[in-house]
Amino acid sequence: MATMTTTNLNINGTDRAVETEHDPDDLPLLWALRDNLGMTGTKYGCGAALCGACTVHVDGAPVRACVTPISAVVGTRITTIEGLDDPVGKAIQNAWRELDVAQCGYCQSGQIMTAVALLAAVPTPTDADIDLAMDGIVCRCATYVRIRAAIHRAAETLKG
Amino acid sequence: MTDLNGPGHKTERRWLPKGRTGPMAAALGVALAAVLFASAVSSQSDGALSGGTLSGDADLFGPVANVLEHPRCMNCHPRSDVPLQTDQRRIHQMNIQRGPADLGAPGAPCAACHGSANREFAGVPGAPHWQLAPLSMGWQGLNRTELCRALTDPALNGGRDLAALVEHMSADPLVLWGWAPGVDLTPVPVPHSDFVDQLTAWAEAGGPCPD
Repeated sequence: MATMTTTNLNINGTDRAVETEHDPDDLPLLWALRDNLGMTGTKYGCGAALCGACTVHVDGAPVRACVTPISAVVGTRITTIEGLDDPVGKAIQNAWRELDVAQCGYCQSGQIMTAVALLAAVPTPTDADIDLAMDGIVCRCATYVRIRAAIHRAAETLKG
Repeated sequence: MTDLNGPGHKTERRWLPKGRTGPMAAALGVALAAVLFASAVSSQSDGALSGGTLSGDADLFGPVANVLEHPRCMNCHPRSDVPLQTDQRRIHQMNIQRGPADLGAPGAPCAACHGSANREFAGVPGAPHWQLAPLSMGWQGLNRTELCRALTDPALNGGRDLAALVEHMSADPLVLWGWAPGVDLTPVPVPHSDFVDQLTAWAEAGGPCPD
């Protein structure tokens, strides 16, 4: 019988215990979220930090959950799409809805988490800023033009 | 079948629960194994050695240059804002850029993918303070005379004298990563202890540069 370990994580402001038979140095945060905790808003795309669909925030910075073992995020603040309720997060999500950004929607969790990280660092981004931040987040529906427009819309909203 | 990923990136390693397959993996046959090798740590040593002399045996720099020119070092010492990756020195996928603090662009930091250690299960390398070398430490394309002079100029090398250079390349964890890059990347071929001996011999000779 496999030995179970417990890893304590702070996710969206709540302490959560991840009980798993896997080595915490090898279990990606993505799968702890999805399979252990039932938080399926964070998506699996490639498993190799190539597509960005799994992006979450760790202490406010974007991180690919598929390549981040849970042992590496003990003692940090993890934010997922389910917990994105700060003003920047709300502005981005509202802009996404207003401009109907999503098509199939699969990548949009990663797109939104990355857009929020960008706006938190650069409140009024240029097109070039947006392109650099978002280049690593792949959208097979090619909604990139609407993504860029929605980030500008959210920035305008936050300026008031 | 052509391997689109190349060395340093093996998507088949990715961690998946049993029985799972990936929706995007087939569309993503690209390499991510960024091989950043840099330090912006600006340390000043109290050592007695001083840098940048042109006296002494310039051949002592050859073994040092052999290491510095290796892709594990040079890929992230660009003279532009774009890191290279893999043993083939390819431009980093995803339009990764230097950013204002050599840590990646806002929203796309190096640390989004590169953690404090190699992630063998995903084929992504990592080490503490993963980042590009500052632009003043851009070495790509320099000949050995230029490389030596750039390395020993405190105005370009983060204010280091020769003793500080030896210390940096002896102990900095990001430097040491070059000898254990994991994920099928080729390590620096010279044992680190031998490199430190060669580096120290060059430094003790006054850091001579070839003409």
